[in-house]
Amino acid sequence: MEKFEKITGIAAPMPLVNIDTDMIIPKQFLKTIKRSGLGANLFDEMRFDRQGNEIADFVLNQPQYRKAEILVAGDNFGCGSSREHAPWAIKDFGIRCVIAPSFADIFYNNCFKNGILPIALPQEQVDVLMKDAEKGANARIEIDLEHQQITTSDGEVFGFEVDAFKKHCLMEGLDDIGLTMEKAASIDTFEAAANAARPWV
Amino acid sequence: MSPKTLYDKIWDAHLAHEAEDGTCLLYIDRHLVHEVTSPQAFEGLRMAGRKVRAPEKTIAVPDHNVPTTPGREDPKNMTEDSAIQVAALDKNAKDFGIHYYPVSDVRQGIVHIVGPEQGWTLPGMTVVCGDSHTATHGAFGALAHGIGTSEVEHVLATQTLIQKKSKNMKVEITGQLRPGVTAKDITLSVIGKTGTAGGTGYVIEYCGEAIRALSMEGRMTVCNMAIEGGARAGLIAPDETTFEYVKGRPHAPKGAQWETALAWWKTLYSDDDAHWDEVITIAGEDIAPVVTWGTSPEDVLPITANVPAADDFEGGKIGAAQRSLDYMGLTPGTPLSEIEIDTVFIGSCTNGRIEDLRAAAEILKGKKIKVKRAMVVPGSGLVRAQAEEEGLADIFKEAGFEWRLAGCSMCLAMNPDQLAEGERCASTSNRNFEGRQGYKGRTHLVSPGMAAAAAITGKLTDVREMM
Repeated sequence: MEKFEKITGIAAPMPLVNIDTDMIIPKQFLKTIKRSGLGANLFDEMRFDRQGNEIADFVLNQPQYRKAEILVAGDNFGCGSSREHAPWAIKDFGIRCVIAPSFADIFYNNCFKNGILPIALPQEQVDVLMKDAEKGANARIEIDLEHQQITTSDGEVFGFEVDAFKKHCLMEGLDDIGLTMEKAASIDTFEAAANAARPWV
Repeated sequence: MSPKTLYDKIWDAHLAHEAEDGTCLLYIDRHLVHEVTSPQAFEGLRMAGRKVRAPEKTIAVPDHNVPTTPGREDPKNMTEDSAIQVAALDKNAKDFGIHYYPVSDVRQGIVHIVGPEQGWTLPGMTVVCGDSHTATHGAFGALAHGIGTSEVEHVLATQTLIQKKSKNMKVEITGQLRPGVTAKDITLSVIGKTGTAGGTGYVIEYCGEAIRALSMEGRMTVCNMAIEGGARAGLIAPDETTFEYVKGRPHAPKGAQWETALAWWKTLYSDDDAHWDEVITIAGEDIAPVVTWGTSPEDVLPITANVPAADDFEGGKIGAAQRSLDYMGLTPGTPLSEIEIDTVFIGSCTNGRIEDLRAAAEILKGKKIKVKRAMVVPGSGLVRAQAEEEGLADIFKEAGFEWRLAGCSMCLAMNPDQLAEGERCASTSNRNFEGRQGYKGRTHLVSPGMAAAAAITGKLTDVREMM
């Protein structure tokens, strides 16, 4: 997994609540057996018309946001399905960080498995970052995972919370499965005891 | 011992490892797998030279993109990309030695209907699947939730999941439901009250007299949509209704093991003085048959209400409501019961079980549909067979419904069952998101009885007028 340490990039504003996984990556793109290439279809039905032409006023089609690395959005981002195609599409587009007042649980977890940092902040701080993002390509926001700090283009600094284990894995680009495999002895012991206690499972 | 909630008890019984920072490895008893969210996970195992740790606890069934029309056993009758995914699941199930119900098997169906039907889902278990509606299995007092594909791979390889404990929320539905009000109306009404993010960070336990009175199928409908309220999982404590349902199913314990299991299952309830981080109480008598008007499952109103205006809401919801009204093509103030419907869909892991079909058939008996198109997609081949035996299939067909084979179908429209642009659907499924049932399709979520009523009148209709 790609490491996440610090990024300084353009933030795209999407001031909409309940941005769901069907918006992020519509179901017709779930029929792949690969993880790659989904960025072309990120927000497909908001980004393109039926003929495949870009919808000019959609944020990621605007020249200043085409290379956005950060997304600032409304409450409950990523609600809906468990499809990991949603973070795959976000990452493949080039976005490494999503900032919102809250995230849906499964989406939030899926981000960390794919080198994306989701940051939940109070609404007032998201409002400030949204305004900053609206300034366009000249307003670059810095995300520093190690120090858990966001710096706006005006130099305003916000701290953010992140689980210590998730932070460690993201900063080191660690594979969860490898880490868990190191605890195989604990799993073996637990499994043997559980099989004896609940043999019907 | 300190008092515990049901969630606490199941959690404690499955905690395989706890690190100093509180990161836990939760042991997984059942891993359900389908064709859409698993191919990359199996590919990951192959690339790393890993095996499935517990194939005997892993069950696969194709459901999301299989066609629901005859002849689907032949891959030529599937779109090429769907056929590739189904073929990949066929191969992965065989290569890794996991239980499998292919499309040719009468037991095939929606994974969340097949699991309980076959007795794979049992009280006190941990159940995961790469699908958010895994919450369904919580109806058995099993801790069940959806996971992403990376986590699918993690569970395949280690039979555990890295977790942090959620908070406990109690949702109590007191008293009794009024006639015409169903489990679907309960679960939608709860989301209408809490909002789609209200459950974020929680596991919900549904309790109270109205929940106790529900059948297992009704309880599955309630828990199914816990995810729509943002919760990690929904739970209902097992009781005699649960044990009665489970007993005798193919993979349920038998003989002496049944007795041992039963003794443990009877300890699975929240202690009287257990701590709740949040409590919500709704009187069963106050719940009406409801419909959704917008593009979020929290956009719930009684069928007797009118379409709201954007400025009825606050904060970020004002813009979202306006966007929903525009997308849905609705004018504020219009009575919901005057909204004309083009299509009716009965099915899904929310409402695709036999009792759902009975409830719809009861309303449809001897009537004809007025909508352009109506379809019933049973949740499994066995539900379909039973409905045919009970004569329900004939009622649907005589009314003008299409009688389909089992699958997820128009709930998420990954297969050919899709709404056309602008088409408006009364649907027994679980999500009314933009484009969910087809590009620019418009979804109103309802119970099976309400869906049947809408099919007859051609409008959203109060089912109580037809009872």
